[in-house]
Amino acid sequence: MTDQLSRVFAALADPTRRDMVARLTEADHTVNDLAAPYDVSLQAVSKHLKVLEDAGLVSRTREAQRRPVHLEAEVFDLMTRWIERYRRRAEERFSRLDAVLARMQDDDDPAHEGDNPTEGTAS
Amino acid sequence: MTTMQTPDTTTRFPEAQILADEHVPAIHIWRDFDATPAQLLRAHTEAEIFAQWVGPQDVGADVTHWDARDGGSWSYSVRGTDGRQEFETSFRGCFHTVREDRLVQTFTWDGMPDAVSLETMTFEDLGDGRTRLHAFSLCDSFEGRDAWLRSGMETGVNDGYAAIDRMLAEGSL
Repeated sequence: MTDQLSRVFAALADPTRRDMVARLTEADHTVNDLAAPYDVSLQAVSKHLKVLEDAGLVSRTREAQRRPVHLEAEVFDLMTRWIERYRRRAEERFSRLDAVLARMQDDDDPAHEGDNPTEGTAS
Repeated sequence: MTTMQTPDTTTRFPEAQILADEHVPAIHIWRDFDATPAQLLRAHTEAEIFAQWVGPQDVGADVTHWDARDGGSWSYSVRGTDGRQEFETSFRGCFHTVREDRLVQTFTWDGMPDAVSLETMTFEDLGDGRTRLHAFSLCDSFEGRDAWLRSGMETGVNDGYAAIDRMLAEGSL
C-alpha cells in the first residue's frame, strides 16, 4: 500500500499529469480528447497515461470501442487520509482551546467582576 | 501574503478546516471560536494560558522561554506517548508581530532545526461574538510542507512528491 502511495505521489509530481487528472474529475475522456490541449505528441500523452495507470489513478475500459480513460477516485483516499489525520490533531488542540476560552469568558463576565477584580483583565 | 482568498464570512468553521496551498508550500487552517479577537490573542501570547491547550491532552506544554512582543522569542517542550513509549520534544521560534488582530512568528521543531516555517495567524471578528482564526504556515519547501502534513501518518511511508494541493484547491479531492 505504501508503495502505491509513493507511485501516486510520483505520478502527480508532473504538471501535465496533474492537469489530466483535474480534467478527468469532470468526465471520462478518450486519449485524443485528453491530448488536445497539450503541445505534445499523442505518444507522450500515452506515456503520461501509463504512469497514471500504473499508480492506479486511472483505468481504461476494455470493452468499449473508444476506450475512455476513467479516474479511480478511491485512490485519492490514500492521500486524504494523512491530511485528515493532521486536521484531527489540529482540531483536538482547538477543542482544548475552546475550553480555555470558555473559562476566560467566565472570568471576563461582568457578573463576576466584583468577586475577583484582579481576574480577567486582558493585559 | 496568502495566495488564496479567505472563505467568505457566511461560511462557518465549527471544526478545523485544513487546506494545502496551491501555489506556495503552505498550510491553511480555519477555525471559528466563541471568543473575541482579544481573547484569542491572549490564548496565543500569555504563556500560562497557551500551555493549557497547545500540548497533548492531560500533559500540557512546559513553556521554557516566553517573551511575547515584536522581536521577542519563545520555546516550549511537550511530553507524550505514541502508545508504546514516552517521548519529549521541543519547539522554538521568534515573535515577529504581536498585534490585536495578527500574530506573526517563526516555528521550528527541534527535531529538524534547519526547517523553519513562518506562521501568520489572523483573528477576524465575525460580528456575532465569534472570531475566526486563520493560521497560515509557510514552509521552506513543498517536500517539507508535505512531510509535515504526513507527520501524523504511520512511519515508514516512503517519501514521494505530493501534489494534491492543486486538486484540493480545485475541490476534486
